[in-house]
Amino acid sequence: MHGQAIEKNNMLHLTVNGKRYALEQGSRSDQVAPEHTLAYTLRETLGLTGTKVSCDEGACGACTVIMDGKTILSCMTLTIECDGNSITTIEGLSDPTTKKLDPLQQAFIDHTAFQCGFCTPGMIMSAKALLRENPAPTEEEVKEALAGNFCRCISHYHVVKAVMAASVKSR
Amino acid sequence: MGDKYRFIGKATPRRDATEIVTGGTRYLNDIQMPDMLYGKVLRSPHPHALIKRIDKHQALALPGVKAVLTWEDVPDWRGGTPRHTRVLDRKVRFVGDAVALVAAATEGIAQEALGLIAVEYEVLPAVFDMEEALKPDAPQLYEEYPGNRVTPGMPFFGLNSLTEIVMGDVEQGFGQADVITEGQFGYENLPNPLPPEPPGAIALWEEPNRVTVWVSNQASYMDKITLYHVMNRHVETRSIGGPCGGSFGSKFMSWQVQSYAALLSRATGKPVKLILTKEEHLAVFTMRPASRMRAKVGMKKDGTVTAVEGTWLVDTGYYSMTTQAQVAVGCGEVQIMVRCPNWALQPVIVCTNRNASGIVRGFGGQELKCMLIPLLSLAMEKLAIDPFEFLKKNYVKPGDGYVWRDGNWYTYRGVDYAAAMEKGARTFGWKEKWKGWLKPTAINGATRRGVGVGVHGNADIGEDASEAYVRLHPDGTAMLFSCVTEHGTGQRSNFIKMVAEVLQLPLESVSLAPADSLINPYEFGPAGSRGTYAIGAAAIRAAEDAKGKLFELLAPLLKTRPEELDTADGIVFVKGNPEQKIPWRAMSIDRTITGFGRFEPDYTLSNCMMSFVEVEVDTETGKVTLLRVVNATDVGQVIDPPGLAGQLNGCLGSGGIDSAIFEETVLDRSTGHILNANLIDYKWRTFPELPTIDNVVMETPFPSHRFHAVGVGEIATSPGPSAILMAISNAIGTWLHAYPATPERVLAALGTLSHGEKKRGGA
Repeated sequence: MHGQAIEKNNMLHLTVNGKRYALEQGSRSDQVAPEHTLAYTLRETLGLTGTKVSCDEGACGACTVIMDGKTILSCMTLTIECDGNSITTIEGLSDPTTKKLDPLQQAFIDHTAFQCGFCTPGMIMSAKALLRENPAPTEEEVKEALAGNFCRCISHYHVVKAVMAASVKSR
Repeated sequence: MGDKYRFIGKATPRRDATEIVTGGTRYLNDIQMPDMLYGKVLRSPHPHALIKRIDKHQALALPGVKAVLTWEDVPDWRGGTPRHTRVLDRKVRFVGDAVALVAAATEGIAQEALGLIAVEYEVLPAVFDMEEALKPDAPQLYEEYPGNRVTPGMPFFGLNSLTEIVMGDVEQGFGQADVITEGQFGYENLPNPLPPEPPGAIALWEEPNRVTVWVSNQASYMDKITLYHVMNRHVETRSIGGPCGGSFGSKFMSWQVQSYAALLSRATGKPVKLILTKEEHLAVFTMRPASRMRAKVGMKKDGTVTAVEGTWLVDTGYYSMTTQAQVAVGCGEVQIMVRCPNWALQPVIVCTNRNASGIVRGFGGQELKCMLIPLLSLAMEKLAIDPFEFLKKNYVKPGDGYVWRDGNWYTYRGVDYAAAMEKGARTFGWKEKWKGWLKPTAINGATRRGVGVGVHGNADIGEDASEAYVRLHPDGTAMLFSCVTEHGTGQRSNFIKMVAEVLQLPLESVSLAPADSLINPYEFGPAGSRGTYAIGAAAIRAAEDAKGKLFELLAPLLKTRPEELDTADGIVFVKGNPEQKIPWRAMSIDRTITGFGRFEPDYTLSNCMMSFVEVEVDTETGKVTLLRVVNATDVGQVIDPPGLAGQLNGCLGSGGIDSAIFEETVLDRSTGHILNANLIDYKWRTFPELPTIDNVVMETPFPSHRFHAVGVGEIATSPGPSAILMAISNAIGTWLHAYPATPERVLAALGTLSHGEKKRGGA
């Protein structure tokens, strides 16, 4: 019925959190349609619901993931444009076997750097990308890196402390 | 104070912390169910119209569409106060009102189907201003509300629910005043609390009359109660609450989206998920009420207020569910802020053709103070009274009282907040920075600094009822049953802390049941700041009750009386002889012990927050920069230090301080469309723009529950907005009374706005 989908050139290859996925293009719920955003594919097709969708138009940073080392807004990225790319989501930060948390995640816990927590995965991914590029940022650099992340409870102050603490640890 | 407790007052990790930082927390939209359908809502493009005809055949023919419902297909479910607003009506009353509901196999198909529904409207004249709506020839929104005046009073608050403040003799009061000031003031910029997680619901209908609704709401038990009434009291409703991605009050009014999901499930027999888009969140979900006040105050030279008289118009949008409650609580709260024997303040709640106003932190009191403090400031200026001294002098003191929301007088029996206010003023440096009215604190070229202060308090910390069970297990663990969702305050973890403290169990030995109405007793939920005192008291009493039953059971085994016993770490021992002990498992492994706790409403305590702000105004561009905030309060006893700090930092968000600087929902008052229903055009504060915040928290024991604590989280947003306008006015040397203080308004107030732009800012 969906025979054309198994042809090799119709497959989409993604590496998500170190795991390789070969996804068919099509309109079934386990397939990728041309209009699917990466956020949609991660959440609805792969079941990785840690990535949040809030504004769904690239303004709030809730859906931030890391693709090939850079943060992207997964609600503004079409999945078909990600063929062959490697993506890290919030689920991919802790050690896959030991489940040990990334030091940044642990710092968020230690500093209660969240309130409702809905914006937190996006915050952590933005901060993670910053620390990979700049392991010892200043407070201003942390704030600049998180400027695109919307939080309404005002967890900002605790987030800055957590990221600074994680940066010291990573030196 | 913290040292005498094992857990209370200590920073401990949130119970849900690991799930939150790993993405494991299951918010509403993360729930998947087999065979689940997706719902979408067709919304009206007109602010006021009759639906003449709806053709849904094409939509129904689209593969994957399972149901299309219009007002003709649904039962007469109604919400609002009184219950006049139909879930789907033949008449639409604002741009975005629900016209039809679609359920389909995917969201995409549901969205496509909306475009295939043909609707013929008879467009009616609409009204967007509350004073226009009150005129005799104005378009009428409801037959039930002649003159667009919403029925005053909140039945839930009792027969005498507060609808106005009338006491003493205002004429006599004005006669005693040294200065009388009057004017019109507004807080009409409709800031949206705007939690990141949009509102939504999942519903599963089971014939003939049972529905389960998965909700995102701070107060999930109340969804069961609200839906029971909406569905005409013959549907058995079960609400299951989960982690809530922010609410700030707003999601308490989710009956519509929940009803849509329930109706679609009823029509299809499948679970239906319906999550609003961010555009819907901003354009059709609830926002702050708009307020406009014409009033007059009398003041003596010593800062005594002798009379307050005026009208308070409240625009509730196209219907009200809680605006009467906000008026009642706002009227109570203003008496807590201003001691005055003579009042004649008359609120009028008005319907207009825009989306509904609802619950937001500040709940009526913030709105009222944002207008009253500027008016009082005019009198203070004439008498050269320092606003800090004025607010400190006039805030409720032990032995003072107020008429609260139920119409009854209560005498305040809490602490005197003057000490916390003074500590806040010292931390801020108020005495050094205050240079007098309309005088800047500092001038540096074109930039000027100014300071302002505001205050707010709410006797809702003991409002409404709470119930809880605590179940003890033979393995030395306990489980709390309290129908509370986690919405960001950390209260689920705090109630665990309280139970662990009472039972002296390690934190990890205490768990909390899911917020499912099927298994938990009545819980009004963490509305206002009632969590710590009201919900906490029920949890504490349930734990104490269970402990008492445990001691009664085990006392004979220790050959003593129950009163002689104590417990720690799952061991019961004799006080004074800890070696005489027995483990909980002696209760027998086939037994549990359940304690029950109930909290009865208590309106004799109020919380308090004073906020000091310093702003810098660029007089060339009109830009206002918030430099510093100091929040001062007394909470009796801190339960969780980082959680409390988070709540107080929340002064900036959720339609708080920033509603005075840049936050507003822009309504096109000719078409009824909201022009900034997205997160780019709706302005919000980013990380690089954070001001310095210092939170001054005192711990004077309160006569509340055994930990002497009161809640304060809700009110952090409320003192700030009027303080900002005060600070800007002082910085620029002239009054600015319009929210928010956009660059245009600042320049208009300064008289330097060029290009003949209309003046909006100066009073």
